[in-house]
Amino acid sequence: MKASDIQALLDEPACHHNTKEKSGCARPKPGATAGGCSFDGAQIALLPIADVAHIVHGPIACAGSSWDNRGTRSSGPTLYRIGMTTDLSETDVVMGRSEKRLFHAIKQAIETYRPAAVFVYTTCVTALVGDDMEAVCKAASQRWGVPVIPIDAAGFYGTKNLGNRLAGEAMFKYVIGTAEPRPAPPHPAGIPTYDVNLIGEYNIAGEFWKVAPLFDELGLRILGTLSGDARFHEVQTLHRARVSMVVCAKALLNVARKLQENYGIPFFEGSFYGVKDTSQALRDFARMIGDPDLMARTEAVIAREEAKAHAALQPWRERLKGKRVLLYTGGVKSWSIVSALQDLGMTVVATGTKKSTEEDKARIRELMGEDARMIDDGSPKALLSTYKEYRADILIAGGRNLYTALKARIPFLDINQEREFGYAGYEGMQELAKQLALSIESPVWAAVRKPAPWAQQNAAGTVLVA
Amino acid sequence: MAEIIKSTKALAVNPLKVSQTVGASLAFLGLNRSLPLMHGSQGCTAFGKVFFVRHFREPIPLQTTAMDQVSSIMGADENIVEALATLSEKSRPDVIGLVTTGLAETQGADIHRAVKEFRAAHPEYDHVAVVPVHTPDFLGCLETGHALAVEAIIDTLVPEGANAGRRPKQVNILAASMLTPGDIESLKEWVEAFGLRPIVLPDIADSLDGHLIEAEFSSLTIGGTPRSEIAHMGESAATLVIGRSLDKAADKLKARTGVPDHRFSGLMGLEACDAFTRTLAEISGRPVPEKVERHRAQLQDAMVDSHFMLGFARLAIAADPDLLVMLGSFALGMGAEIVAAVSPVRSETLAELEIGSITIGDLEDLEHQARRHEAELVITNSHGVETARRLGLPLLRAGFPQYDLVGGYARAWVGYRGSRQALFDLANLLQAQHHDTEAYRSLYWQDSPRALEASGAAPHAGLVH
Repeated sequence: MKASDIQALLDEPACHHNTKEKSGCARPKPGATAGGCSFDGAQIALLPIADVAHIVHGPIACAGSSWDNRGTRSSGPTLYRIGMTTDLSETDVVMGRSEKRLFHAIKQAIETYRPAAVFVYTTCVTALVGDDMEAVCKAASQRWGVPVIPIDAAGFYGTKNLGNRLAGEAMFKYVIGTAEPRPAPPHPAGIPTYDVNLIGEYNIAGEFWKVAPLFDELGLRILGTLSGDARFHEVQTLHRARVSMVVCAKALLNVARKLQENYGIPFFEGSFYGVKDTSQALRDFARMIGDPDLMARTEAVIAREEAKAHAALQPWRERLKGKRVLLYTGGVKSWSIVSALQDLGMTVVATGTKKSTEEDKARIRELMGEDARMIDDGSPKALLSTYKEYRADILIAGGRNLYTALKARIPFLDINQEREFGYAGYEGMQELAKQLALSIESPVWAAVRKPAPWAQQNAAGTVLVA
Repeated sequence: MAEIIKSTKALAVNPLKVSQTVGASLAFLGLNRSLPLMHGSQGCTAFGKVFFVRHFREPIPLQTTAMDQVSSIMGADENIVEALATLSEKSRPDVIGLVTTGLAETQGADIHRAVKEFRAAHPEYDHVAVVPVHTPDFLGCLETGHALAVEAIIDTLVPEGANAGRRPKQVNILAASMLTPGDIESLKEWVEAFGLRPIVLPDIADSLDGHLIEAEFSSLTIGGTPRSEIAHMGESAATLVIGRSLDKAADKLKARTGVPDHRFSGLMGLEACDAFTRTLAEISGRPVPEKVERHRAQLQDAMVDSHFMLGFARLAIAADPDLLVMLGSFALGMGAEIVAAVSPVRSETLAELEIGSITIGDLEDLEHQARRHEAELVITNSHGVETARRLGLPLLRAGFPQYDLVGGYARAWVGYRGSRQALFDLANLLQAQHHDTEAYRSLYWQDSPRALEASGAAPHAGLVH
């Protein structure tokens, strides 16, 4: 991919903050950089499409230590969990045999697994040697009659965020609009069906299944998702929805914007984390579809679900009220979690905004007040010192920081894509509350902070319990 | 001697292989106050970090030279210098392991020159040892990358000398990547039981065993082989080499120091353990301690107890060569059969495993063979969960990564006690799979009360009498 193409992608007109001369992230600093690459981002965005064969084109490193390590769930096919890579050897790289190998690899994937489509991901090495992925994919597609889609998001192109966007571009360029949806079966309650899209929802730990029944109840058919529990065919039909919701992830905003520009599909941004945000998302769907009956039914569902959730959360709220949270999120947007935590009566003392866009930050200020502490430095050291300074009771962050917290003997909640619990929707809040209480109230903290009975006085850094 | 069959597939499906870069990083995680620095794009490090974090359930120090689009094309040697300087200043490590990735190698990075440039530009960081090692991921696997790093550590940090035996109670242990922190811990106890003092290289038992320390945070390893000890390896009485992947490293150490070595391909099973014990007795000049005798006797007992379950048991094993050979030989020694054996790469050591054939391939190959040859149990890493589920077989997790098992890293496989526990676990997994003979129902039972039993209408009939 050309540098100019990447620059063009970094320039996302739908981002309100995009008014500066130079957009995008600063150059990563050697020896002081954390976080994934564009390839990682592209995989996060697309791997959940469950009936696709996802082939990583490169030597072993990219797939070898990362395949099948995501928390996303499928209600049907499990093809996406099969790790596939061309596993290039030195000869392949040196002798220029990688394109040929890829071609055969695609054949093998199609013949063995009969996928709905094949996605081929470029990696650093194949990008550097200049494999013509587009040509190989096109030829393979014609030869075997299965869509073969090149995802050109090599690691060195940039950050995870850029990778998300590159993945979205590929979907728009090759997939969306290439098929028509099946007609929806009549709703058992006799109400009209409206088709909607979810963009940036990954069904981590199956969490969206806690919200999905409400969609059915309201007559909202999820035409397609990018990409939790999605199928290739559904992604092809995204252009026929009435409205799109961009869930928590700014990075795929380009897809929503293009759906609007090219097909006139309006979109809104929302989240399914927290009672308030879940209600707001349902409300926004109804409002944008503009059917007064749907709006009325939606309000009824919201009233019912909120009452249920409030009752269920009451005991948790009493336990968690006033507890102080330090939030440092990666993939999941800070503001959506902030709102969920506030629903529980907790105080978010500071939040990480390293990957947040300007607009996300504005939203956080709105929620937490102007003096909200935003942390850009996500190093373990900075997190721990902020934790202490703000007398937090728990650190909520991605899996990478899990052991930073545990080593420092502080409670922790994992919020990233590898996590094992779903927090979305009204029901998800109960799970979130339970997991928070589980860690905060655990008796292990006092036990491990206590010095050994035979130890000399209080050792540095430890807290003596009276 | 096994026939080595290379899988001819163009596509690796459910890879068993993990990159050399990650393997080399593991070696540096076994040095004290050290950190691996991957020369590549930031994703290489991010993936490597998640891989180790999930396996060890520990924070993992790992950095990147952060090659971006410009430096990937125009040259990224400056990134190395900058990264080394930044890390030296910020973290003050004893050792930085500079390991390359496929990206850097394809680009043609000259890491040795970059290190020289760093030395010239930053004499103030002369005290920080930098160990460069070429570990492209289009060659080898985790095990070979680990071995290359151990060789580089010896090259860089062990001085040449002729002082072998100056410290008669000190022995070196070169530990291959197949050894877990639990393995190394029990190895040390074994050696110490003979009054010897081991220097383990690399010692992940000291850094990645999972222990809380007083300090809340460290940007470096919190244990491992100290650099000062590595410098004294040349004065040891002997070197014990565990795992054939370290043969070259052992050659280097011997050539540099003259310390005699003893090589072991594995330390599981009575015979392998006895060979090691005898060597320790010879080096130390001491009789075998009673405790070790007792452990040996316990293993013998477990062998006779479990041979009923393990005899003729049909096992499918996939692992890096050293581990595959160690586990395979151990199982064969119990009368089990290896009906499927897969290694991600070729290695001379594979010839030691006395079975029909070994496939160089992936977990899909393992799955096919296990199905074809009616395996009864699978031994591989956590990625084998799905494989085993599809096969309907129990799984014993071994190797990297083990992300769905708490404490997998702490398990000791080697030694008399480790072997005994492995026998127990294998026997239990196999026993739980045991199917009773299906009841035969006679045609003369029609219209008799027995006919009702067959329909399942009286499920508790057997208890009612």
